[in-house]
Amino acid sequence: MTEVKKLVEKEVLMNGTQAVAHAAMYADVDVVAAYPIRPYTEVMDTISKLIADGELDAEFIVAEGEHGQFETVKHASLAGARTLVGSSGVGWLYGMEAIVVTATDRAPVVAIIGNRALDDPGAYGVEHNDALMVRDVGWLLVWVDTAQEAFDTTLIAYRVAEDQRVLLPLGISMDGGFLTHSEQIVRLPPKELVKNFLPPYNRGKYLVHPDNPITVAPQVNEDWVMEIRRQHEEAMERARGVIVEAYEEFKKVFGRYPGSTNELQMPENPFVEPYMIDDAEVVLIGMGTVSKPMKVAIKNMRRQGYKVGMLRIRWFRPFPTQDVIKYLANSRVVCVVDRDYSMGSPNRGGVVYHEIRSSLYDLDQRPRVINFIGGLGGREITIQDVEKITKIGYEHRDTPITKPVYWVGVRGDPW
Amino acid sequence: MVEKEIEEKVYKSIIKTIKDTPLEEFYTSGHRTCQGCESALVMRFLAKAAGQRTIVIGATGCMYVANTTYYSTSWIVPWVHTQLGGSGAAALGTAAALRALMRKGKIKQEPINVIAFCGDLGCADMGLSGVSNAMTYDYNLLIVLYDNESSANTDIQETSMTPYGAQTSFSRPGKQRRIMKKRWKKSVVPMIIAGHRNIRYAATMTPAYPLDSINKIRKALAIGGPTFIHSLDPCPKGWDYDPRFSHELGVLAAETGLWPLYEYIDGEIVYNEPTKSIVEGRMKRKPVKEYLEKQGRFSHFTEEDIEHVQRMVDEMYDEWEIPGVMPIKSLNVKISDK
Repeated sequence: MTEVKKLVEKEVLMNGTQAVAHAAMYADVDVVAAYPIRPYTEVMDTISKLIADGELDAEFIVAEGEHGQFETVKHASLAGARTLVGSSGVGWLYGMEAIVVTATDRAPVVAIIGNRALDDPGAYGVEHNDALMVRDVGWLLVWVDTAQEAFDTTLIAYRVAEDQRVLLPLGISMDGGFLTHSEQIVRLPPKELVKNFLPPYNRGKYLVHPDNPITVAPQVNEDWVMEIRRQHEEAMERARGVIVEAYEEFKKVFGRYPGSTNELQMPENPFVEPYMIDDAEVVLIGMGTVSKPMKVAIKNMRRQGYKVGMLRIRWFRPFPTQDVIKYLANSRVVCVVDRDYSMGSPNRGGVVYHEIRSSLYDLDQRPRVINFIGGLGGREITIQDVEKITKIGYEHRDTPITKPVYWVGVRGDPW
Repeated sequence: MVEKEIEEKVYKSIIKTIKDTPLEEFYTSGHRTCQGCESALVMRFLAKAAGQRTIVIGATGCMYVANTTYYSTSWIVPWVHTQLGGSGAAALGTAAALRALMRKGKIKQEPINVIAFCGDLGCADMGLSGVSNAMTYDYNLLIVLYDNESSANTDIQETSMTPYGAQTSFSRPGKQRRIMKKRWKKSVVPMIIAGHRNIRYAATMTPAYPLDSINKIRKALAIGGPTFIHSLDPCPKGWDYDPRFSHELGVLAAETGLWPLYEYIDGEIVYNEPTKSIVEGRMKRKPVKEYLEKQGRFSHFTEEDIEHVQRMVDEMYDEWEIPGVMPIKSLNVKISDK
């Protein structure tokens, strides 16, 4: 800690994508594969400039499409290189074949997903369905909320993904526009300290190199694939412990909690961010930047006597079931705000809603769960929207839910 | 300068006679390819030609399914799977990783060959944009298209490499239409050499000429940069012939002129084996009939169909600007001052 005080942090104004690019530079990535699609693209714009300026020594590959982009980093990663990649919306889906096998090949690629609607009709605003496409195929997934958290989480991402107990790809999701393109103050730690936090990438006996002539991803059928899936699942489970270790180590090395710009306001859980939750009867749940209007609305509502709090889901895979139970067990109503939608799902709700409901199912005393679909295609979720959500939740403290899913602010659809 | 470099690097690596080929095998037993599989021979040649300091990347295709069954592998050198359309990008990623790690001192500095192979479906169709992108960079990588003129691992379906009129399960002759595959086979090597200025070596080959094949792989790796080889691999299963005639069909493909053997070295086309004699007028092309009638996939052909194929091949040699290579007719264009 004494060393930390001597090396001074730098405060810089940058947006979410620039913060990630700088973190990748601090992490000394070796191979970067780029293909443009907004809103993630500025990560690569920034990286390319950092390489051109000699700040970062890395191979910069411009791929012919997202499929190639993700194949490139997958193979670079298998050959022992630390990699950075990313995409948004339909670009992420175009690369999906390669993205899925990146996980099954156990390549700890770090990808930035600038969340974006799945296109038609031409939408490019934020929506979380793009990143959620990999929720079932063995990617670690984390949602960040501020540029500072984007920076810190990128460093944590390499440490967690490359850990020999994990070796899984990791997607860092950030809300398109709201975070990718809004500038905030970011505290950059002294570069020298990053070495203390982030060990070099070591693939060990899984390295593809003539000195280690292994065969990777040979064809399997029914005789082995179950065992492989099971190992994959166990690595995902081990990631929980590795994530906790990484956050604690971050705190030790940099003298502050990841994502915090202020030592006095240190959140204490890596997986979720609780806000005014201790005595809350109604808890709002969301991922990403929706926490901003939520926090303001909660302050307003608290002044009016509403006991309302918030739980922001930070890590989505592995899903923080125990933390969700811990924070929600004593609440009466949970209002899940989904910036995504699962078409034709039970109750016709969102993805996070279903995960939360599933997490709470085994409790004897379950809170009621209401789902709010909002902010699709980049539409703003306003403070007034959140206040209305809270009031709907509040009405159901003692009365059963009549309508499980509300669409927030859809024209011609009173809610 | 360039000639001297080739003199030193490339011709030193050429193997003069079959007796001089290295004894070591880096693609060995453990695979379960069909009897008479010429693609398996391509794998063996490329591993033998490249040697131990090599990373091989294989795209989905029959050479993936047949060679690397889990818990058994025929590869002595490191081998990695890539998706059907991923060869170009995978080779780029591997080569980029090696360059970065060596430059940054994270691994030992040494030449390591990066070879990606892909079938016609994965290379000429789906993966073509990725292969093309790889050819625009300056990394040392070789992409080998092993072409058995069909999608052989999914039960012989048509691809853009399937020859005119051939039967596949996507192009079966029927009562109304005898010829379902009316498209002419795509010319990949000319496309690669015409479209990528920095590429210094590309070639066609067929494993019926082993020394020629091994030397082409060695030349590609010695010259370096992005390089490309297109191999025609007779396939007993897909082409429907007795497996013992695999080599004979490879030879016939070359001798009838259907499969010209040539290499592109630094802007020049060099013809090899029978194609050299054909182009130089020292040998007459055999009629394509001899090649077609030996394969079940052409059994529905009438004399008319054979004549059509013969006409198309004749055109390749009589009318093309570069015989058998560039499908461009000589226009004798005069550049005017006006």
